[in-house]
Amino acid sequence: MSDVLTFIISRFNYWIYIVLMMIGLYAMIAKRNYVKKFIGMSIFQTAIILFYVSTGVKSGATIPILEHGHDIGHAAAAINPDHYANPLPHVLMLTAIVVGVATLGVALAVVQKVHDQYETIEEPEILFKLGQE
Amino acid sequence: MSENLPFLVIAAPLFGALVASLVGWARPRYCYAIAMVSLAAGLTAAIALLVKVSGTVSGYEYRLGGWPPPIGIQHWVDPLSALILVVITAVAFLAVMSARANLQLELPGKERFVYPLMLLMVTGLSGMTLTGDAFNLYVLLEITSLSSYALVAIGRGRAAASCLNYIIMGTIGASFYLLGVGYLYLKTGSLNMIDLRQIMIAGDMHGSQTVITGFILITVGFWIKMGLYPLHGWLPNAYSFAPHAASNLMAPLMTKVSVYVSLRMMLSVFTPDFLAVHALWAQTALLVATIAIIAGSLIAYSQTDVKKLLCYLVVAEVGYMAGGMWLMNRAGITGTIYHIAADAFMTCCLFLGASGLIASTGSRHIRSFRGATRRMPWTFAAFLVGGLSMIGVPPTCGFFSKWFLIQGAIEGGAWHFVAALIFSSLINALIFFRIIELAYFKDVEHEDDVSHPPQVQRNEAPWGIRIPLFITSVVIVLLGVFSPRVINWIERFVDSVGVT
Amino acid sequence: MNIQYLPVVAVSISLLAVPLIILLNKKPNLREAVSLLAGVVKLGCVIALVPHVLNGEQIEIVLWEFEAGLPIAFRVDGLGLLFAFVAASLWIVTTAYSIGYMRTTKSKNLTRFYSYFAISLAATLGVAFSANLLTLYLFYEALSLATFPLVTHNGDGEARSGGRRYLYFLLTTSIGLVLPAMLYIYGQVGDLNFQPGGVLVDSGMSQTTLLVLLLAFVFGFAKAALMPFHGWLPGAMVAPTPVSALLHAVAVVKVGVFSILRIITGIFGTDFMAQVNWHEIVTWVAAGTVVISSLIALSQDNLKRRLAYSTIGQLAYIILGASLLTDRAVTGSSLHILMHAFGKITLFFCAGAIYVASGKKYISQMVGLGRIMPWTMAAFLIGSMSVIGLPPTGGFVSKWLLLMGALDARMNAVVVVYLVSSLLNAAYFLPIVFRGFYVPGDDPTKPVKMKEAPLWCLIPLWITALISIALFFLSDTAIRLIEVFLGVGV
Repeated sequence: MSDVLTFIISRFNYWIYIVLMMIGLYAMIAKRNYVKKFIGMSIFQTAIILFYVSTGVKSGATIPILEHGHDIGHAAAAINPDHYANPLPHVLMLTAIVVGVATLGVALAVVQKVHDQYETIEEPEILFKLGQE
Repeated sequence: MSENLPFLVIAAPLFGALVASLVGWARPRYCYAIAMVSLAAGLTAAIALLVKVSGTVSGYEYRLGGWPPPIGIQHWVDPLSALILVVITAVAFLAVMSARANLQLELPGKERFVYPLMLLMVTGLSGMTLTGDAFNLYVLLEITSLSSYALVAIGRGRAAASCLNYIIMGTIGASFYLLGVGYLYLKTGSLNMIDLRQIMIAGDMHGSQTVITGFILITVGFWIKMGLYPLHGWLPNAYSFAPHAASNLMAPLMTKVSVYVSLRMMLSVFTPDFLAVHALWAQTALLVATIAIIAGSLIAYSQTDVKKLLCYLVVAEVGYMAGGMWLMNRAGITGTIYHIAADAFMTCCLFLGASGLIASTGSRHIRSFRGATRRMPWTFAAFLVGGLSMIGVPPTCGFFSKWFLIQGAIEGGAWHFVAALIFSSLINALIFFRIIELAYFKDVEHEDDVSHPPQVQRNEAPWGIRIPLFITSVVIVLLGVFSPRVINWIERFVDSVGVT
Repeated sequence: MNIQYLPVVAVSISLLAVPLIILLNKKPNLREAVSLLAGVVKLGCVIALVPHVLNGEQIEIVLWEFEAGLPIAFRVDGLGLLFAFVAASLWIVTTAYSIGYMRTTKSKNLTRFYSYFAISLAATLGVAFSANLLTLYLFYEALSLATFPLVTHNGDGEARSGGRRYLYFLLTTSIGLVLPAMLYIYGQVGDLNFQPGGVLVDSGMSQTTLLVLLLAFVFGFAKAALMPFHGWLPGAMVAPTPVSALLHAVAVVKVGVFSILRIITGIFGTDFMAQVNWHEIVTWVAAGTVVISSLIALSQDNLKRRLAYSTIGQLAYIILGASLLTDRAVTGSSLHILMHAFGKITLFFCAGAIYVASGKKYISQMVGLGRIMPWTMAAFLIGSMSVIGLPPTGGFVSKWLLLMGALDARMNAVVVVYLVSSLLNAAYFLPIVFRGFYVPGDDPTKPVKMKEAPLWCLIPLWITALISIALFFLSDTAIRLIEVFLGVGV
């Protein structure tokens, strides 16, 4: 029993991201309101961002900014990767966040256009109106 | 200068997009010229790149800004990516050439939005082809997708509503890819494609669960992006309700580039050896592709809306390539790569023809082909070249890709795939002969009166659409006639990655 | 000029004529003159090749290399030359005939008609001269597509459904059966060239595979109209008579038979095929087709449909002969391509002439017609005799060789099939002639007035009728050509 618990707890970051992802996926597929669908989409993307960021974490490490950055001579010897979280995933995720925001922006703009057209953002109602065309 | 050709291919449309969007505020009618010039520059650079690569076997790397990998982002140009680049820029050039006539009819006043978006999309597509970095690929994929969402949504009528599902499915696909790359990064600590390959081989990681999960996520992500049959739901609506100017660009290129990238991942990152270990995957993928081809063809046959029909044909053609790349033998991979090029031009030709038809008749129902041989003989003839290529009539390029795909499938013993390919050729024949029949015969009722021959109203598509359409149909034939050279070129690549 | 370019000229001359035909749209006389001229040049090229082939020269030319070892190439041999001769000579006659027929029936779109006719002929000669299976396949498909506008020429509902059936049958079988079979052989053997001993000898394929391949080819070349893939041929009879005459008695159907002959002699090889288990299945399918189609022909009242079923039977004759695999039988069946072509085209020309002159399509209406159109009916008699196989017509020679071949193969049942079928042929042709001449028309009291078809129709059909007789006496050259091809002496 305790083995299973350790297994779950030791990888809790993965479990969180999986749960979040499933919530997002559920919202995207099952919700009928398009704004809610796109909220789900945001959650889905954020889950992946969390996953990436959590892979860069090391226990006991700090933010990846060099403490003795100005004094090159000493710092070269002093830099120990174990003391810093892995910066690469963070950097990547900055881009991913931008991408996510852009996607959300486009999506909401389209929702607005659809609302202007059909005066609703509920999927079944839109489909109904499309059928009437 | 020639060192920076890859940069030029990407920068030309990107720069064009910036200039067009700025100039567009004041002088929207200049946008077209700017777009054409920047794409012409991109095309020239791509051709120059093709010539440059022709001397090498494995291509060369290009470091953006001179940063060495794995810190900088590395771009890798080999015979395959140079070829695909030429296809992308050429098709984009032709599609954008037709955009002005289409936009005047459809979306007057929106030029300043459409052209920059189209150029951005071409930037993304070229970037995806060139990049050697897995994460960079994701960003470019999203640049492409975002501009295509906007392009679809800018249309009238049902365009915006059909765009919503496109956004959702597109994002899921891209996120799956990102997640897959995350798994690979977790295991290898690298994002550079060549680095990834070497680390995986050196560390003997091909059996690792993490790598396998990553691979599956990446593959499924691209399946969504390329619109493989059960995951294709977004494609027909998005492409058929998008403005014609946009769908002429998207339909030929988006799915094809996804196929290319997927193939690139399989061959250059994961290596054929890795895939050979898991025979079950190939069987599954071939089965899915078989179903995709059959279902796509059948649904296409039942359509009466011309653009919808073509969209389902695209779904079937995606099945060709998704299956072909999993044959994992020389003929199969060669056929797949050749088909990427052939299908891009074929689809472009058909969509251009359809938009020409719609421009001149105002209807998108298949019945509007009635009497087309009299009313618009040239437009229809050029459209038909695309159709014959879809059926696989020599000397059009469609015949040769089918030849290699079937050959590969027979070698691989994938008889269901052979049957699907042949079945789809037959259905395509039915579809296009139904159109020919409509075009040829359906106005005979007026002809009984011999003394007063009917005044046939000439109603050709506008020149703005007809010229790119003619060029495309000529390219289709030329690509077929020169297929030995193209095939030779592709086989050089296929041999270099170790497919036997 | 270098001799090896002759086949290329022979094939392409009619393609070169197409732009001229289109340009002369407004000048019918010149347009038709161009067609005739192209036909004469084509025939001249073919005849010029005969002495070279008889000397045993190899005439070969590679047009385009598709893949290493897989070119689009022409090679002229006896069998191909014989077939090319048939097609080219009959094109000239048919063009002359269509001038009479199409003008009398006031058909429209004649420019389109002559253009596609010319393209079809180019494809036919392409098949005849093909050096390998790929080339043959490509020209075979081109022929299907080029003849579609001809079949549907009338443009009415009947033509459309006939044309649809035509194309569906031919494309489905060729893409569905021949293409995969060809690719399979290419994948396994890497060679598609027609060779005297076949290419499959050392392939090590299992007996089952070989049988499947054989059947895929025999049924896949559905232009040969072997039952049960014969349905397109009666349907295609909606075409104008010159089309039915040249294409569906000669060019298209003979292309099918010729392709099967090529497969048996060039891909399998007659000796090797004898070792394939169950290869007799082809013999029995063909024999069944011969008998059944003859019986169906008996029951047809529409003259062109009766001729169509007769054609199905005669085509099966040829395949039957080839499937016996003895030298005399293969010679006989190759020769029957020639003999049947002239006999059957005469019959079709007669049917068209009757329709043009009297508007009659059905045999039951043709009572007493011999008195009104004596020349046409006399030619009909000669054509019938040739198809039945009576001397002094060419049909006798080929049928004799086929019978001898069957005896060589010790297939007594096949001998019986040949004899029964000849009797049936007689039973469905001769009554037409008999009732035409000896039974008085609807109103015996009325004086009979001669009303013949126009001369443009009459002269061509007499030319083919006379050639049918001449072939009885001149069959030597044709037999020598085939012997050179087979490398044997009969």
